[in-house]
Amino acid sequence: MKRVGLSGNYAVAYAAKMADVDLIAAYPITPQTPIVEKLSEFVANGELEAEYINVESEHSALSACVGASLTGARVFTATSSQGLAYMHEVLFMASGLRTPIVMANVNRALSTPLNIWNDHSDAMAERDSGWIQLWVTSAQEAFDATLEAFKIAEEVLLPVMVNLDGFILSHTYEPVVLPDESLVREFVPPKPMLNRVSPKFAYSIGVVGPPEIYYEMKYQVVDAIENSRHKIKEIDKEFGNKFGREYKFVNEYMMEDADYALVTMGALTGTAKVVVNALRKEGEKVGVVSIRCFRPFPKEDLVALLEGVKGVGVMDRAVMPGGPSNPLFADIATALYGSSRRPLLQNFVAGLGGRDVSVEEFKAMFGLVKDVVREGRPRSCIYVGLRE
Amino acid sequence: MRKLKGWKEIPIGAMIVEPGSSVEFEVSSWRTFKPVFDKKKCTKCGMCWIFCPEGAINLNKDGTYDVNLSFCKGCGICQRACAVKAITMVKEG
Ligand code: SF4
Ligand code: SF4
Repeated sequence: MKRVGLSGNYAVAYAAKMADVDLIAAYPITPQTPIVEKLSEFVANGELEAEYINVESEHSALSACVGASLTGARVFTATSSQGLAYMHEVLFMASGLRTPIVMANVNRALSTPLNIWNDHSDAMAERDSGWIQLWVTSAQEAFDATLEAFKIAEEVLLPVMVNLDGFILSHTYEPVVLPDESLVREFVPPKPMLNRVSPKFAYSIGVVGPPEIYYEMKYQVVDAIENSRHKIKEIDKEFGNKFGREYKFVNEYMMEDADYALVTMGALTGTAKVVVNALRKEGEKVGVVSIRCFRPFPKEDLVALLEGVKGVGVMDRAVMPGGPSNPLFADIATALYGSSRRPLLQNFVAGLGGRDVSVEEFKAMFGLVKDVVREGRPRSCIYVGLRE
Repeated sequence: MRKLKGWKEIPIGAMIVEPGSSVEFEVSSWRTFKPVFDKKKCTKCGMCWIFCPEGAINLNKDGTYDVNLSFCKGCGICQRACAVKAITMVKEG
């Protein structure tokens, strides 16, 4: 075990290396590039024995991963924004074919206008692709989630996307504890995959599913991701026992007696916690809930945490134009619909295209949640920091 | 025609582990006309069998031909191919 200074990107690269991946296929894109740069370095200098395929696009990158994964290889790729969008159709194939691919998605806004900075629109646009989605809030978490992702993917036979915020996490150096490689091997041992292409076992893949069969095949993915919850929890527990850090689906901060809460996802959770500390000093009963496992959505965990709270603000970092709200809010409202003790919910949008969300703006959001509770009904979505 | 499998019985990952699984499916539901063979006119030339794009025509023991209606799409190509007009396309009931 050693403690080193790593960027979020490098933390991911080290995790993929320690998981001893067999194949990496990726196309460079800001702000993800340092991940695959580092991995190509590992391969070139002999530290990692893996096939590194230089492809001409993200569509090909993921296609190569699907093919390799079907042969039983442990595969990894990384992308951002337009790259993820370019993978769109292959994402659905990867889950339908039940290939345990691990991908780091360094969150970045989608064009237009072209923007290389951080928000969550890329991952939200692929929300329904049948991928498990983990979201991290630090470089250490990026490392840990990537390791867990390999085990989760291979146990439930679904692809896993590890999301880390572009620049805020990807390019910021933090202390990261790297475990001994032998312990990592114990945690993610080489595993023969179920759907392995082999001369001994002939079958057809990528087949047509007519109306008589498509529905059943699609439902298998629905069932797999629904039932992955207990497996993910189990793996997280095992990770905790081995490495001393556990994450859960949902991280709570100062929620025990909170009257007002803010739900976040990703790196800005840190700012929210700082603001909670300040407001707590002023006597406000506030807390933060950050979602780590977005797919499968932690319905029960969230209901348990948010029931009985007076008001909850949900901060979306992506928009759902023309929709009834924005993606994270929609999920939380749906999760709480059946509860008789559901809090009043207020949707916020903040930090699109890398726009900074200041401490003052976080304070203002908590204030607005309180106002909304006093008024007795939520307002339509509040776009924080938007100039008129 | 076997009974269609439920989602729990189907191999995951859209894999087909047994060859020839398409015989499990009735693929003729959109047919509006079906070919009817007149054995007395048939010269056993086999042209209908060659031309049928679906492989829906089978050889009888006596050398004449017949249609498997589970796979026939009702395209009428066999009728056109038959030089002695032994095949008639009849509207489905
Ligand atoms: S109608 Fe078409 S599909 Fe049917 S038997 Fe004739 S050629 Fe084949
Ligand atoms: S094409 Fe006509 S004559 Fe020839 S085998 Fe078929 S039905 Fe008989």
